[in-house]
Amino acid sequence: MSEHSWSWTVNTSLPSQHGAHEPLVREVLVQLKLLRWADRDLFAVEMALVESLINAMRHGNQLDARKKVTVECKASPARFWIKVQDEGLGFRPERVPDCTAEENLESCGGRGLALIKAYMSSVKYNESGNSVTMEKFRTTGPAG
Amino acid sequence: MSKTRRIKVNDSGQVSVVTFADSKIIDEAEIQELGQELYDLVEREDRKKIVLNFANVEFLSSAALGKLIGFDKRVKQHSAELILSNIRPEIYEVFAITKLTKLFQIKDDEADALAVL
Repeated sequence: MSEHSWSWTVNTSLPSQHGAHEPLVREVLVQLKLLRWADRDLFAVEMALVESLINAMRHGNQLDARKKVTVECKASPARFWIKVQDEGLGFRPERVPDCTAEENLESCGGRGLALIKAYMSSVKYNESGNSVTMEKFRTTGPAG
Repeated sequence: MSKTRRIKVNDSGQVSVVTFADSKIIDEAEIQELGQELYDLVEREDRKKIVLNFANVEFLSSAALGKLIGFDKRVKQHSAELILSNIRPEIYEVFAITKLTKLFQIKDDEADALAVL
């Protein structure tokens, strides 16, 4: 990763409250559009951002505004990389029920993780489960 | 009928056709409000045939999917019928990834939905 030439980077921390993720999501999408990412990949990145940031604020930090969600983010014409860390106790992704199993279709939870996994090229959680690192390789050619 | 902010309801014969006010369904407070307005359709207004037309919807989060599942449960509890229509391909993919295409009855457009209700 260190060899990759990133066009844009940001390090920030967000309070864990409703809507705190929105300016960052907007900024990332603006930057990727400037790098000529196409709509299909923008949708994928937006989904992963929204789900991971809301998970960190809601489930990790229990929507306690004093607790921060720390975000490192990098983008280039070919790749998007992000690390999202909360101050919570973490979770074990493998213990989250499979929301796509027939018996779980109507149950709550797990769908955000399934969407992140589907839309990103790689998703890794740290050992304690309070940090997720994700990467998206651009799948479509330049927009317009 | 009570005034709604997150949805618009039009009657087509016996069928209630619902469209969404928001193109992006992400905000948690708005999702709560959306859920209540949908639940009211079956719980307070006793509507029995409902089409959710997704033509306006460009993005929705897992929390919105959860609310739609809650609505589907209430529809079934009240012996009503629900069809989703006009779902654009990227949104359909969200339903497909989460296998909700197995849970919901989905038609290409409103006319197809009305034809089977």
